[in-house]
Parts: sequence; C-alpha cells; structure tokens
Amino acid sequence: MADTTQKPDAISAYYQTRAAHHGVITSDWLAQAQAAVEQPDSSVSGLGPAKSFNVIDEFNGWRKQPDLAEAVAAIRAMAAVIRASEATTMMELEIELKKASDTLKSWDKTSISLTAGCDLFIRYVTRTSALEYEDFNSAKSRLLERAEKFGEISCKARKIIAMLSQDFIFDGCTILVHGLSRVVLEVLKTAAQNNKLFRVLCTEGRPDGTGVLLSNELSKLDIPVKLLLDSAVAYSMDEVDMVFVGADGVVESGGIINMMGTYQIALVAHSMNKPVYVAAESYKFARLYPLDQKDMAPALRPIEFGVKIPAKVEVERSARDYTPPQYLTLLFTDLGVLSPSVVSDELIQLYL
Amino acid sequence: MESRRNPRAVVDPKVRQVGFFTSSQPDSTHQPDPIASESHPVASSISPSGNSLSPVMIPPPRHNSSDTFLLRAAAAAASAVSPSSFSYSTRRDFPDGSMTASPGRVSRASFSKPSSSLPGVGMDSMAAAKSSSVPASGLTTVSVVNMPPGLSEKESDQKKNSKPLKEKTTKAERRALQEAQRAAKAAAKAEGGKAPLVSSGSVASTNVKAAKPAKPSSQKNDVAVAAPGPSEKKGGQTEKDRKKDAPHPRMQYDDESRVVKAKRRAVVKQTEAKNRVELFRHLPQYEHGTQLPDLETKFFQLDPMHPAVYKVGLQYLSGDISGGNARCIAMLQAFQEVVKDYSTPSEKTLNRDMTAKISSYVSFLIECRPLSVSMGNAIRFVKNRIAKLPITLSESEAKAALQSDIERFINEKIIMADTVIVKHAVTKIRDGDVLLTYGSPTAVEMVLLHAHELKKKFRVLVVDSRPKLEGQLLLRRLIKRGISCTYTHINAVSYIMHEVTKVFLGASSVLSNGTVYSRVGTACVAMVASAFRVPVLVCCEAYKFHERVQLDSICSNELGDPNAISKVHGREDINYLDGLTNNANLQFLNLMYDATPSDYISMIITDYGMVPPTSVPVIVREYQKEHSLV
Repeated sequence: MADTTQKPDAISAYYQTRAAHHGVITSDWLAQAQAAVEQPDSSVSGLGPAKSFNVIDEFNGWRKQPDLAEAVAAIRAMAAVIRASEATTMMELEIELKKASDTLKSWDKTSISLTAGCDLFIRYVTRTSALEYEDFNSAKSRLLERAEKFGEISCKARKIIAMLSQDFIFDGCTILVHGLSRVVLEVLKTAAQNNKLFRVLCTEGRPDGTGVLLSNELSKLDIPVKLLLDSAVAYSMDEVDMVFVGADGVVESGGIINMMGTYQIALVAHSMNKPVYVAAESYKFARLYPLDQKDMAPALRPIEFGVKIPAKVEVERSARDYTPPQYLTLLFTDLGVLSPSVVSDELIQLYL
Repeated sequence: MESRRNPRAVVDPKVRQVGFFTSSQPDSTHQPDPIASESHPVASSISPSGNSLSPVMIPPPRHNSSDTFLLRAAAAAASAVSPSSFSYSTRRDFPDGSMTASPGRVSRASFSKPSSSLPGVGMDSMAAAKSSSVPASGLTTVSVVNMPPGLSEKESDQKKNSKPLKEKTTKAERRALQEAQRAAKAAAKAEGGKAPLVSSGSVASTNVKAAKPAKPSSQKNDVAVAAPGPSEKKGGQTEKDRKKDAPHPRMQYDDESRVVKAKRRAVVKQTEAKNRVELFRHLPQYEHGTQLPDLETKFFQLDPMHPAVYKVGLQYLSGDISGGNARCIAMLQAFQEVVKDYSTPSEKTLNRDMTAKISSYVSFLIECRPLSVSMGNAIRFVKNRIAKLPITLSESEAKAALQSDIERFINEKIIMADTVIVKHAVTKIRDGDVLLTYGSPTAVEMVLLHAHELKKKFRVLVVDSRPKLEGQLLLRRLIKRGISCTYTHINAVSYIMHEVTKVFLGASSVLSNGTVYSRVGTACVAMVASAFRVPVLVCCEAYKFHERVQLDSICSNELGDPNAISKVHGREDINYLDGLTNNANLQFLNLMYDATPSDYISMIITDYGMVPPTSVPVIVREYQKEHSLV
C-alpha cells in the first residue's frame, strides 16, 4: 500500500483492512489491486533502506489475517523486531522497539488499537523491572514470550467478555447491533450456545455492508436476524431492549470511537432509555481525549453510492465517530464489567 | 476513619446524658491516643459514656475534628469547674509534636470530645461557666501571642468533635442543668464578655469552634479529616446548632467567644465588618485595608515572627500576591528562609520545634488571609517532611535536606507541572479557535502564550468581573505578545458564548467529587458554556487536588472586603451607597470563591494528563501514595 501519511485526505489504512476482512469490494481496493498487478514489487514501503527487516511489512503480513485484532498484529510485528534485532543490551533493544513502534504509529495514524497496542508493549518493556536484573538473552526471550502470549490473551479476552455479558442477555430480548465487531459476534455466539432465546436487529452498516455480513454469520447460528436501514434505527428502537456495539478504541473520558453511526444510535437509545453496552478488550484503552467529533485524526474511507456523483458535491468520508461517555451504560472488558468512568482509572494506573 | 464512627454506635440510646460523665475507664485507655493518633481526632472515638467529664459541664465542643481538639480536651474533662488546661493550647497541632511538653495534660485532652452534645439549651452558659475558670493552657509550645489568662474559655474545650449525641435527660436533670447554665451565664457576663450575646445568648457560645490558632492545624488536618469531619457532626441538634456545626474544622466565626479570644491573641488586628450576611457568618469577615500601615510599623517589633514570613503576610494582606500558585510559592520560599535561619533551641528536638514554629507562622498567615487549598497542601507536605527527618541527621544536614525538599516541591509540583499541563493543553487548541478564559489563571496564561509561540491561529476572549478586575492583567500580558483579544465583563458572557469554541479555566482546587473550586464567577461561565455545548477545560496542577467534597459554595469560602463592592475605583462619583454602609437592612457580600459542579466540566488537564472529572479521586489516591512512599 502506498504511504498514506503524506496526503492529508488519504484513506485510512485501518478501515481498508477492515474492508478487506469483510470482503467488501471498494473502488480503492480495486485500484490498488490494479496497481499491484502492474508493479509486482511496489509493496516495499520506503522505510529505512538500511534495514533488511521491515516492521511495516511484518505488520502488514499479520494484519491481513481476518481473525487477528490489530493490536495483536502490531505486537507480533514488534516481536519480530525483537527476534531480528542485533542489540546486545536492554537499552539498545528498547530504543529499537521504540523506533519500530513510532514507525508503525506514524504509518497509520488513524488506528487507535494499533497505537494502544504499541504503547502497551513499550510500557511493558520499560516498566518491567524484572527485565533489568536478568541477563540479556533471558530478558529477550521473556519479551518474546510475552509478545506471543499477547495474542492468546487477545483471544481469551474475547471469551471472557462473552462470558461476562451472558448475564445481561435474557430470554426473549431484542438486541440491536451496529457494525461487525468480532467481540460482539463472540458474545452472540456464546449466548446462542447457551441456548438463550433472543433476536438481533442489525443495521445495514453502509458503506461497509456490515449488516449483511453479520446477518450471514448469525443465520448460520440460527439466531433470528432482522436487517434495518441505518435510518430505521429510531423507528425500531421501541422494540429494542439493549444495544450492543464493539469499539475501535476506548478513550480516556470513557467514550468510544467506533464505526460511523454509533453515536447516532447511542443518542437515540439514550433518549429512549435503552442501555448501550460496549464490548471492548482492555488493550483498546487509549490515552486520547476527544472533545468533539472533529478532535480526532480524520480517518477517511471511500464511499460508494452506486451512481456517479457530480464532481462539485462533497462527500463526508469519515469512517468513525466518537460517542461521549454519558450515552454509554456499561463497558464489557476482560477486566470486568466497567462503567465509563473507570477507564480513566485504569489508564492512570497503567501509564503512571 | 472507622474508629471515629464506632463510638457513636456504642452509645446506648436509652441513656442520654447531658454534659459529661466521669468515668475513669476511658481515661486510661485513651491516654496514648493523642500522642499516637494522626490527625484523626481520636477523641472522637470516645463514646459519650466514656467521657471523664463531670455531668454539669460545658457542652462538648461541637467542632470537628482536628487534633487540636485533643488538646482541648474536653474542657470540662475531669473536674467540675476548672477544666484548666487545654484549651488553649490551641497551638495546634501535631499530635506527635507539641504534646511532649505536657503528657499529663494530654491525657486529659484526649477526651475532649465531650460526647454529649447538649441541645441548644443554654449550653453556652455552661461553656461560659467553664471557661471562666480555666486558666490559659499551659500546653502552648510556641505562641505568637500571649494568651491572656483566665480568658473566657468559652470555647475552650469544645473540641469540636461534636459527637452529636442528643441525650435524653430527665426533667430534673434538665432543670438542674438550666440552673447551672444560668448561673454560669451570669458569671460570664459579669466577667465582661466582649461578645454581645446575640439572639439568645446561647447562639453565641454554642458554636464552639476551634479557636483561630487552631485553624492552621485544622486546615492541615482538614485534609486528613475533612471527610470525617462533617460526618461527626450530625445528630439531633437544633437548627442553630446544626448551622454552626455543619461547617468543618475551620474556625467558625459566628462564635462570639472564640472570635473574641482569637482577637486578643491575634497579631493582625482585624476590624469587623459591620453588616454580616447571615448565611456566611461562619466565615471570617474582616476589612483588610486598615491593617497594613499598622503592621508595617510593627515590622521590627515582632520577635517570634520571621521577617520573611512577615513580609509574605503583608503581601497577602495588601493583595500584592494573589493566585494559588503565587501564594504557595511565596510561602514556601519564606519557609526556606525560616529553615535557613533556624537553630534548634536547647532541649528541644528539631522536628517538633520546627513544626511548632511553622505552625505559628501559618497562623499568622491565616490572619492576614485565609489559606488557599494549594497552601494547605504545601504546608502538609512541609510538615510531613519535617516529621520524616531521620533523628540521626545533624542540624545542618537536616536543614539542607529540608530546604532541598521544599525546592524540589516547588520545582516538581508547580513549575514542571505547569510545563506538562501546557504541553497537553496546546494539543487541544486548533487553528481558528476562539478561546474564552475568565479571570487571570496562571496555567491558562501559559497555555495561551505557548500556543501562540507554536504559531497557532486563535483569538482569546477575556471575561472579567468586579471588584477584582483580574482579567485586565491577563489582557495586558496577552496583548503584549500579540495575541488578538476581546475583553468583556461577566454580564455579557451569555451574549458572546455563541462564538466561543472552547473555554479554558483555572482552579484554586479540584475536590474529590470533581467539583472545581475557583474564583467566584467561574461557575457562571462554566454553566453558560455547558448550555451552549462548548467544552470546558480546567487546567490545574495535581498538588491542588483535595480529597474533601463540597456541594455548594457556602460551607467553605472566603469573604473579601465588603467596601470594595460599594466603591468603584477611580469613579468617585459613583457613591450611591455612601451613607448606607452601617444600615442594618443592607448587607454587603463579597465572595472570593465558588464551586463549579463536575457536570459542567469536560476535562481537567493536570500534570497527570488529561482526565475526566470523575477521575479526581484516583489522582488524589495516586498522589498520596507517591508521597507516603517518598
């Protein structure tokens, strides 16, 4: 992929990945597929030419796997950095890791879990005092082991969250779901496996078409699904008992950053007194604090309308929005069921 | 804190006793307490039945919690009418420190919490009776002022710990009590109480509140016991009592006797404001303007006072230094001087003597101007460091260590904290922003100047208010740097709010429930901003956070000079209120601070990062952990 950081209105790589995962064909995907065909070796991004090992490539490799969370991919890439590193002291290794983390972060500024995952790992490296006392090789292997384990933690996190949320899904309830979060899918899967009777309303999720994908998945599990237009949310909110969404990132105020449309749904749910539950792993907690919708790095994605749009017409291409904490009821994380104000508590403890 | 609650639970509701009861049991058990206890009023753990006070004694101090209460010992303690001791030792303090002087007294002091909270029935008279016979306490270690002996120790003992026990008394008991009180009252009156007993005399002394000198320690203790403090005073009390009790460990200025006593001891002679607003009578009210020349002449006469501290006090009084950070830094630098010039007197330990000295200086500063929360926290830090000095250090080493500690505090908690705050805050300023600020907060000024240096394009709206007109100073400094500004008064804030994109405010303190305690008018600005859905960002260093909780702006505040309201500087022709200052129907109220509820605050920027208002207790917790480990 071309280096997206140069152009201010560049397309967010994070959302491109998601689109790829979902198998959505978008125009830019087509364009880069075309480009890939014409220039087979254009994939090497201009990183430090002296380095034979390229952390971005590594990250890209991991990222492509649909089941892997972005943060886990980042950490696996960092693990690869450690493996390929020729440093002989902890300090040197730390510096290399820091550099790799900065590279990754600057490569895609819009991905919050990427940033959060890198920060977490760096923090683990610099703060673990046990590492100071061991000799270098064992410290290195300990770091590697930790990085590997992170991947498992991530999978386990999903299971923990699914288990915690079972208490909130009761028989006969109607759940509104927005976006295709793997965690939420896990929650619903587990509920179905526990033989709970519930039905799901899912929003169409344009332009990603997440609604269709989700309904595919759910019908495989024999869960009754109903597809709604994005604009039909308020209309159907009366029959909804709870709203379930995932999160791309959880910010310091306790709010979440998620696919475009989440804020709208949360506002409607709040005004009709329906609980909004967020399922997010703890590594998605980020030290951001947006004051309003425009306070984040813009993440743009291409939007297809199916017909040609005149050139003079502008299109709002932002891929995500920020939902303030007052519209969220609870957060289900692997740390437990939290209220939005606890996020800051956790972050302070983690990063201080 | 738990222990504090227990005793109350122990009270047998059927046995309501008026006054104090003698019982030797609690005595012995409590003796070690005052020495060992921290700022918690251990005495509070004394159950009412455990008081070693005689039955017809002065009502228990209703004030809360501070240690000094220990000293005050329930005045009545022990003997029937000559409580002697205590009480005056108001010199605070430290449970570890000054007590060594009179351990014997201490034991008595421990019980000061006379548990029985007498109902408003002529309690004062009892107090009066008691106090008259009490000589000045011998417990004072260092006192700035000589305590006149035989002062109406009305307050004395009333150690605040008001255990709000309302005891049922039999009719006979009550009658006897009333007689005694009447007699006492007469005696007190005869003694020439200066304080005119307001309304039913009982009002006056019922508020037994910590005497002024106790204030510093209570200020300090505030921090630790603030929470339990208010909880102490509950109980079925009469309306008046409750009103007086409700405020927490500071000196309650509606208690006439205490005020009188404090005045005699005071260095700074305050003239009382004539017409006081009823709701704020628990706060110190004076007119500042008159003391300055008087104090200046006394500069070379005050022996016990260190000149640096005296200078800082005068600067506070005249208003030359204002603002939480400036006052705190000035005070700490004065303390550095104090430490530098200090030499331990013979037969005293450095820790205790220095602590006592600092306390006396703090009480002087309070007389000049009540402490701000930042100063209170800094004082607590200093005393903490003094207490933690290893005994093995030589005097010069200890002094050097202390000076460097204070220096480090100033650098880390104030100066570097400000740079961190600026770094975080400028990320929130975007090109095209219109930023509103109120008053003259130092942190916000730094943020704006730094953002300007970073070439961000924004303009500033400075909102100001009378009588201080602090915004003008900020305005000058911003304009000098070339920032485009608009200036307006607070009356117009709802008019201009529609064009504002962000509001930056400063704070004197942030309390545990997220309430921001700041210059009066801040709450108004924050509320209007919130109504217009404009984000409100508060910039405050972490050392100003406090674990107390405040729900309104009344229970704890500072009153300024009432004359400043009726006069407009430079406009002699606006003199409509000239003849009315002494009119009984007109009261001037000049508040200095107000409390902004957390709902109106979007974010608090501290040196710990950007946090939501709900995370303030987390930071207070982390901050204390950091300090106790240090």
